[in-house]
Amino acid sequence: MSHNMLLVFEVTILVLAIFLGFEVISKVPTLLHTPLMSGTNAIHGIVVVGAMIVLAEPHKGAFTWIVGFLAVVLGSANVVGGFVVTDRMLEMFKKREAPPKDPE
Amino acid sequence: MSAKVADLLYLISIVTFILALRFLSNPATARRGNQIGAAGMLVAIVVTWIKAGSTSWWAIVLGMIIGGGFGAVAARKVKMTAMPQMVALFNGVGGGAAALIALAELHRFLPDPGRPHIDVLIAIAFSGLIGAVSLAGSMIAFAKLQELIGGRPITYPGQNVGNMVLLAALFACAVALSIGVQDQWLLWIVVGGGALFGVLFVLPIGGADMPVVISLLNAFTGLAVAIGGFELENNVLIVAGMLVGASGTLLTLMMGKAMNRSLGNLLFSAFGQVSAGAAAVAAGDAGGTVRSASAEDVAVMLAYAHKVVFVPGYGLAVAQAQHDVRQLADMLEAKGVEVTYAIHPVAGRMPGHMNVLLAEANVPYTQLKEMDEANPEFSRTDVAVVVGANDVVNPDARTNQGSPIYGMPILNVDNAQTVVVLKRSMNPGFAGIENPLFYNPKTVMLFGDAKESIVKLAQSVKAL
Repeated sequence: MSHNMLLVFEVTILVLAIFLGFEVISKVPTLLHTPLMSGTNAIHGIVVVGAMIVLAEPHKGAFTWIVGFLAVVLGSANVVGGFVVTDRMLEMFKKREAPPKDPE
Repeated sequence: MSAKVADLLYLISIVTFILALRFLSNPATARRGNQIGAAGMLVAIVVTWIKAGSTSWWAIVLGMIIGGGFGAVAARKVKMTAMPQMVALFNGVGGGAAALIALAELHRFLPDPGRPHIDVLIAIAFSGLIGAVSLAGSMIAFAKLQELIGGRPITYPGQNVGNMVLLAALFACAVALSIGVQDQWLLWIVVGGGALFGVLFVLPIGGADMPVVISLLNAFTGLAVAIGGFELENNVLIVAGMLVGASGTLLTLMMGKAMNRSLGNLLFSAFGQVSAGAAAVAAGDAGGTVRSASAEDVAVMLAYAHKVVFVPGYGLAVAQAQHDVRQLADMLEAKGVEVTYAIHPVAGRMPGHMNVLLAEANVPYTQLKEMDEANPEFSRTDVAVVVGANDVVNPDARTNQGSPIYGMPILNVDNAQTVVVLKRSMNPGFAGIENPLFYNPKTVMLFGDAKESIVKLAQSVKAL
């Protein structure tokens, strides 16, 4: 695929992703806004994939290596921390398990 | 692994991210949604790792152990109340990673000037800029919420103009980089300047508006990651980043709407700054008589009420009183009192912050009422108990045009028969705005730490 074709293709999926993002999120209740913010925060942790690609590229000296390595460290902190925090929040959302008990 | 197989596997990851967001729409499936997203992320990481081949596999593993280890430990250890700053921190490092990728990619291209296409250069310049803004802005948001620096807005003359000039200059540098001045120093200036802009942009915003800022910076990081996808010609970065960019933007707008303020007003008006003047007016008007009561008095009111509504705010989070509130509510329910919780959309430091805290204390979410549902109920409520909330119940938002929060929809607790306000002291809240509710003849104040007060109330109700 020529570079320009690829670019058109990439812009197309970018624009579709914008609409999809709006569409999927417009149905989330206020109740879940914090987990939603945290969950999307985890999803942009996909940046770690970019960091890995940079680190694995044939190197041009120490600079790319150090920067790529740092990017992997930051990206994996984002992705792991993001999903774990979100899971901790969502773990707590439950319906009432049992009817309220009378203490007497 | 061939590039085609890798791209198909990336498509699986993309689908799981979309499903994750969809499942988040319902409390019953939300957790599964997050787990599906995490599984998809694992697929993307493993595919990339295999594709990377032998060159740097150990460096990738080492980096992931360090970063992932930090992320996992920090996320496990953090208290529920510190969740907002934790999200800010993870968001910031993601933005930082995007900026670093831009720096590395330009370095890789530059020995061959003229080789990179203009779209790749645009992507490098702007993902560097936006990533740096997101990193620095998130760190300031983190510092404000962690109270490493003051939550009050920090302002100086010419602030907005100065910021705009800086942003325009950075934009010019980014454009210059894109159209031919291919010098690494230019990108360093863009990234460094972006970080400076991030600091200057978040500093003047009051702590009470941090939820909106974090949400916006979350969208920024998503955008930086999506643009980074153009540098690396990688679909999964483009789609996942843009999903976050779009959803974060929408969430930010929804939060602005809940406060009845435009985004421009939120971000550029140094909210809370005018409070000194308005506070003096409000206090003067109200005449300043405050009724305070003992825990025993309030316990009697609660126990003999038909309907009690708890209105939680950030004070509840600070005092970690959510479990005690729930125990008190259980006792009242056992006595036949109808108990609900009225949740303002921006109570606390993040949207839905109170929902998370109360969910932690096993309060069933059917008892949590959103503002539109809660407000008509106050007129038939006997006692509204305000636990550590302030601005979201401030009647000035309805009546006092001079108030900085004028026009923000609030919970109309003053429609209840009696309002009990649990508060540490008469100091104004985080945003620094005086609240005439405290001087309302219907209001009684119960001073003290929210947790201690609730525990005392529970003991008194039990003793009745």
